[in-house]
Amino acid sequence: MLEKNISLYSYEPFMQDYIARWKYRGDYVLGKVFEAEFRKLYHQHFQDSKYEVVPIPLSAERMADRGFNQAGELAAFTRAKQKDVLGRKHGEKQSKRSRLHRMTAENPFHLLSEPPKYAVLIDDIYTTGTTLRHAAQVLQENGTDFVAACTLIRG
Amino acid sequence: MELDPKRYAGKRLLRREIPLSTNALREALQHQHFKQIPTLRKEKSSMYCNRCNATLPHLQNIDCQICGSKHLYCRNCIQMGRVSFCETFYEWAGPEPDWHIHDNPCAWEGELTRHQQIAADAIDQTMKQNGKLLVHAVCGAGKTEMLFQGITTSLQQGKRICLATPRADVVRELLPRFQQAFPTVSVQALYGGSPDKTGDGQLILATTHQLLRFYHAFDVLIIDEIDAFPFHADPMLHVASEKAKKPTCASIFLTATPRQKEKRQIAAKTLPHVFVPVRFHGQPLPVPASKLCFGMHKQLRKGTFPKGLLHWFNNRRNPTRQVLVFLPTVVLADTLQDEAMEVLRPSAQKILPKREAETLIRTVYAADKDREAKVQAFRNREIAIILTTTILERGVTFPSVDVAILDAAHDVFDEAALVQIAGRAGRSPADPTGEVVFFHEGRSDAMDKAVRAIQDMNRRAKRL
Repeated sequence: MLEKNISLYSYEPFMQDYIARWKYRGDYVLGKVFEAEFRKLYHQHFQDSKYEVVPIPLSAERMADRGFNQAGELAAFTRAKQKDVLGRKHGEKQSKRSRLHRMTAENPFHLLSEPPKYAVLIDDIYTTGTTLRHAAQVLQENGTDFVAACTLIRG
Repeated sequence: MELDPKRYAGKRLLRREIPLSTNALREALQHQHFKQIPTLRKEKSSMYCNRCNATLPHLQNIDCQICGSKHLYCRNCIQMGRVSFCETFYEWAGPEPDWHIHDNPCAWEGELTRHQQIAADAIDQTMKQNGKLLVHAVCGAGKTEMLFQGITTSLQQGKRICLATPRADVVRELLPRFQQAFPTVSVQALYGGSPDKTGDGQLILATTHQLLRFYHAFDVLIIDEIDAFPFHADPMLHVASEKAKKPTCASIFLTATPRQKEKRQIAAKTLPHVFVPVRFHGQPLPVPASKLCFGMHKQLRKGTFPKGLLHWFNNRRNPTRQVLVFLPTVVLADTLQDEAMEVLRPSAQKILPKREAETLIRTVYAADKDREAKVQAFRNREIAIILTTTILERGVTFPSVDVAILDAAHDVFDEAALVQIAGRAGRSPADPTGEVVFFHEGRSDAMDKAVRAIQDMNRRAKRL
């Protein structure tokens, strides 16, 4: 379903700590470190302006807790056309779930508005790929022809 | 709904630290059980964090989706949860908690030495009078036991007490000792990742970071190891400890190695102090010996040990004592590990002849996941030799060890660190001596000062 996923970094211990502080502690400015590199990566693979970026959303509850969506921050870094077309049901954090549990979990995403024809999903970490596959499924069922993903880290 | 004042009093909490529903909190606010305090304040055109007092550049902008605007948040104390401009602190404004008045809380039955007793009396007096006191006691003086008398008196008066220390290792080590000494008192240990999180105990053991959560909470605040990292160098932690005290509060500072600031205050008589120059077993502190090793830096870079160290290993006075080898950096610990397994193995087998050779030599450093387990294994005499960074310089007690410090002139080994490291030896009354050796290629000021400080304490002990 996903045409491809590209990532900037691998998930080594230093990166783990850095991401924990950025995402879970909510140290917003730490994201800016990735801005130039992430934009470069995105434009290397998705030059054509037909592509639109779709950040993986947080649930409303999680957003109320964190105050920002790291995937949204990354999507803005690409400076590509952005479409926030996905909504998310509140559930357990992916990072607190086992691999099997993630793979078999039901799809938490739903559509908020019409999706783009060519979508590039943006997220911070690609671990099992379940989150991105779920999001891709929702887009494809609603008329998107091409879905790829661009993530900061391959776990 | 009834709220327990013990759970909330003496704290400034963020919304997410309060386990109440929106309705319950609204009701509590209507009943004026909480008052709201701004998270950031403006003073002379600068903004400050109301929890840790940090200002620019620690305050940065966040594009906040909660309130939909761009505003400041504090990066300085973010480890304890983010303080954002669009939120408020909740401070308890309900009835004061009734801390239990204990008749006879102390179950400790040991006896203090004469010198410990002098310090214990001074501590007790200071707590009664809400004063300040610096307790300068050598490594192995038995500081914890000296506190029991004063804590007992304070508990009899229904006071709330906190013992804070910069090191989580130390908090973990203290908890069982305090639980045994005060079995009827609610004792809680708070550190990053601790099982206890509520902080509603009458006797709190905590890392100095955890003090950030408290506000006007304690009648007695004891800070152990005031000279230790990160407390001595981090202004945030000093702010935190000041705020955690009630307006009238006794402050007790404990140290084995006072820094310049405290030494000056003692000399100027602005800080009352009591000095315990002798260990509880009455034996003098081991004075470090020095061994000059030519070519040591080159050898260490290549991952080999200097000959002087190996020679010392083979000629120790008591070859069955376990050994702590202190190294200046994690990198060095890493490069020397394999070599250590090879060349130190015969010595390790002499220390613990019955054990498997493979597990006798281990390295320990701050980020080591198995640190606690390794330290425990060393204590159980399952490990013969530990190569360690300064992480084991203080707070940990092993009954019978020799201590080697490789590259003792390195910058990380300042006077306090060297005195503390030397203080790991000879802790037990059954084996009150131990060898401490500085291996170096050119002495440092800190080395000389450390030796002089130890000799000075031994001299003062003898005069008593």
